[in-house]
Formats: sequence, C-alpha cells, structure tokens
Amino acid sequence: MKSLAFRNNLVGYTFISPFVIGFLIFTLIPAAASLYFSFTDYDLLSSPSWIGLENYTSMFTSDDRYLQSLKVTMLYVFLGVPLRLIFALFVAMILNTTSKAVGLYRTVYYLPSIIGGSVAVSIMWRNLFGDQGIINVMLNSIGVDSVRWFGDPNAALFMLVTLSVWQFGSSMLIFLAGLKNIPNELYEASGVDGAGFFTKFFRITLPMLTPIILFNLIMQLISAFMTFVPAYIISKGEGGPLDGTLLYSLYLFRQAFVFFDMGYASAMAWVMLIIVGILTAVVFATSKLWVHYESEGGR
Amino acid sequence: MILKKFKWPIYHIFVGLLAIVMVYPVIWLLMSSFKPSNLIFTTSSSLIPDPWIWSNYVTGWIGSSGQSFMGFITNSLKIVIFSTIGAVLSSAFIAFGFARLQFKGRAIWFAVMMVTLMLPHDVVLVPQYIMFSKLGWIGTISPIVVPQYFGVPFFIFLMVQFIRTIPREMDEAATIDGVGKFGLFLRIILPLIIPALATASIFSFYWRWEDLMGPLLYLNKPSSYTVSLGLKMFLDSESVSNWGAMFAMSIVSLIPVLGVFFLFQRYIVEGISTSGLK
Repeated sequence: MKSLAFRNNLVGYTFISPFVIGFLIFTLIPAAASLYFSFTDYDLLSSPSWIGLENYTSMFTSDDRYLQSLKVTMLYVFLGVPLRLIFALFVAMILNTTSKAVGLYRTVYYLPSIIGGSVAVSIMWRNLFGDQGIINVMLNSIGVDSVRWFGDPNAALFMLVTLSVWQFGSSMLIFLAGLKNIPNELYEASGVDGAGFFTKFFRITLPMLTPIILFNLIMQLISAFMTFVPAYIISKGEGGPLDGTLLYSLYLFRQAFVFFDMGYASAMAWVMLIIVGILTAVVFATSKLWVHYESEGGR
Repeated sequence: MILKKFKWPIYHIFVGLLAIVMVYPVIWLLMSSFKPSNLIFTTSSSLIPDPWIWSNYVTGWIGSSGQSFMGFITNSLKIVIFSTIGAVLSSAFIAFGFARLQFKGRAIWFAVMMVTLMLPHDVVLVPQYIMFSKLGWIGTISPIVVPQYFGVPFFIFLMVQFIRTIPREMDEAATIDGVGKFGLFLRIILPLIIPALATASIFSFYWRWEDLMGPLLYLNKPSSYTVSLGLKMFLDSESVSNWGAMFAMSIVSLIPVLGVFFLFQRYIVEGISTSGLK
C-alpha cells in the first residue's frame, strides 16, 4: 500500500511540477531576494551593501515624493474603487432586463473595458483632456472655464480616476451574474407587500449581492493599487504635473529603472505588499459584519 | 427584474444615451484618425472629419526611423502566440493535478497558488529583472514568454473550477478501461475543458497584447518593440505633424482586441462571470 501512496504522490507532483518549479524560480526566490535587497543599497553595478532599515526610514522621513506617491495612490484607490463599483452595479442593474436590445447595450457598455489597459486607451484619454480636447470644449459650451488638466495635480488625478471608472466592465459582468442569481420570487413577494424600488434595493438586492461585492472589492483594491500603464502614459512616464499622477507603481518603477535604486524600490515593494495585505485583511475581517451568505440561512 | 416598472421608452432613451457617452471616446479616437493632424484639436468637438483623409494610416504604418508598424505587430504576435501556448497548456496540466489527483500536500500547494494569484507583481519585479539580465535575456522575448510555461495562477484556478464540474464517473470508466493518469488528462479531460482553454487563451491574448511593463523593461531595440512600445514611441516623439498617425495606429492596435472580442464574445462573458464565482 505504501508504494501506491508513493505512486499517487509522484503522479500528483508530476502534474503540478511546472507550477512548483515556476513558483520557486519566479516567485519565492525573487521575493526572498527582494526582501534582502530592501535592506541594502544596490545600484545594479556594484554589489548590494547592507544598510539595515535605512530605505524604510528614509521613505517616511526624508522622501517627500514617496509620501506624495502614497497620498496620490490612496486617493486614487479610495475614490476610484468605490466609484467604479457603484457605477458597475448601477449599469448591471439597468442591463438586467429581458429587453431584446440588452445584448447590444451590454456589448457597448463592455467595450471600454475590452480595450482595457492598452496604451491606445491611455493616449486617447490624455487627448480627450488636452487643452483643446473635447472635455474642455464641452465645459466651455456650458459656460465653465477650461481646466488645465496637465497643470493642476488634482485635475490630473481626476483624469486617472475617470478612466478607471469608465472601464468598469469586468466588475459589471460579475454583478450581472450575481443579479441573475437572485430569485425573482423575492421581488414578487415584497412587491405584494407593497415594497417600492428603494425598499427592494436595500432589503433584497444589496444584501443578496454582498458576497459578490466582497469579491469585486478585493479584486479591484489589489489591481487599483498596482495601476501603472495609464499613469505612465498620461504623464509620459514622469508622474506629473507636480507628481499629481505619481502612482505608487510608477514611483517604484522610476526608483528601480530610472534612478537604479534597486534597494529602495524593493523596500517600496514590501511596504506596498504590507499595505495591500492590511487592506485586504481589514476588508475580510469587516466582511463578517456586512456580507450575507444564503447558506447560513440569513443573518 | 427590480426595474420592471420602468416605462420602456424612457428606459431605452436613458440607457441609449448613456451607451453613447460610454463609446463616445472610442468613436472620437476613430474619427480623429481620419482628420488632418492640424485639425484634430481645433475640430475636436465635431466628430465628422472634414476633409476626410486616409493618409494618417499610411504615414503611421510606414512608422518612424525605419521602423514600420507591421514590425511592431509581428513582434507582438510572436510574444502573444508563444506566451499563450505556454500559459494555456501548462495551466491545464497543472489544473488537472489539483482538481483530480490525490497527493500529500495538495491543499498546501493549492493555497500557495491562490496566494500567488493575489501577490502584487511589484514585489518580484526587481529580482526578476536582475535574474533575467544575469541570464543574458535582456533584449529577447524570453523574460516575457518563458515564465508563462510554468502556469498562470488565474488560469489554473479557472480550469480547476471547470474540471470540478466534469463528473468523476468519466475518470472511473476510463481507469477501468486501463487508461493511465496522463491518458485521462489528454484524452478525456482536455477535450472537455475546451471552453475553459478558450477563455484562458483570450485572456492571455489580451494581457500580452496590452502588456507595457514587460516590453518596457526587457526589449531595448526598436526592431524588437511591440505595438504598445511602438505607440509609446509615437507619443514620445510627439509633434504637431504626427498626431493623426498616432491616433490611426492606436485604432490599428485595437483591431485585434475587438476582433477577438466579437469572435469569442460568448466565451469571454461566460469566462468572466464564472471565474471566482462558482
């Protein structure tokens, strides 16, 4: 019997061996190396020299650009993710009907997300907001002065947030699948009781969707924290104006591959990991309070 | 269902208007690509090009400094094809192991895979770059393509979920017929998970086609640049004269993405809405 167990293990590990090997080579060893580099001064040319916690302390005490990138990223995440999820849920609800045109609408609404993170979209977005771009033309036509999107750091960040809201499609599809799983009888029953739209929404739709909201929230939180391409393209790699679009990933990239401060970039990566870890843990911990699982038979 | 009481004409007007707002930027980009460069911004509020020209596509396609856009497309396709083959086949192989085989430590390795799925890539960015440069891979597509052959956690997860929906009786029948585990994977499971393979292929296509970070780090000669880098090059050398060409090539870069979407729409929507939900 022992040989059978051995055989089973052998076959099992043969199948997962690409993952195991890949994990060791491309994730575990690099992660360990990055942790080590984070305690060193390393410019790629000379060998890393141990400096202890200096990277970590200077990050928070003497690097204003780091604090700025942290601030900008937090604003981007805490503004962008809720807006994106609310919009995604809103669209999912208006598309959750049996009308024949819905297939067409769905395709149209999903289109911006399909063309997704490509450079072309960032280039387009950059130009929509240009000094003579359509956004300013429209603002002028309703009597509002042009906004200098590339001169004002807050306006530039707003550009990034709207881009992320515009690409709400994957969350929308997941919400849509969730909405379809809510039994219609629930709405009918409450309709008989005289419940209006808002009562139905807050008493049925929202509670039934909470597991999906949790899933979307976690996924969007992590991906928002790592946003790179739009910030890189819209600011032409600089993070400007006045570091207004210097998202965390972009600053990390610049530290590593523009200033060749590999130690500092590694320390930044670990702080990011810790922040994302804490945020995810907080969301999971509080989820017990607001996520409603059907299988538990209600709250 | 909750919106049942909505009056239909009002519904269609509202949803239709919002739909126009959603696609407007894309239409704007498309229409601008047919405008003369010097008129793109002075006429940015009107969609219809006047005069309507095709020359942006010609100048964009010819490219700059002897680098034609066709070259960028070829480079991107090479990366996409080699990456996708590796990512999809290895992920299916690994997923079979997780979904169908009993072995010691399976649960732990599955948990490791799920953690890897959520790990921010930035953490391994620097050491991976150093590793690939020590291997002499800078300037080649290997740093982008080779890791794909070791499985992509998101795809593995997707396929594990899919394989679990296939009745185990299939396995048992095949085993009684004397088919081994490799035969079971190749002859029974693989043909049955074609929808999942298709979904993963589409995602892999999108991710690699759009990827900017990988090419930015590892490709250093314009002759090896991908479409993303080619577009970025247009942006860097921005002058009044080539706005139109940049917009035209932006549209060209989106054609394969939209093509795949319209061809495989059903798979994509199913793929996204089932991943992580079941």
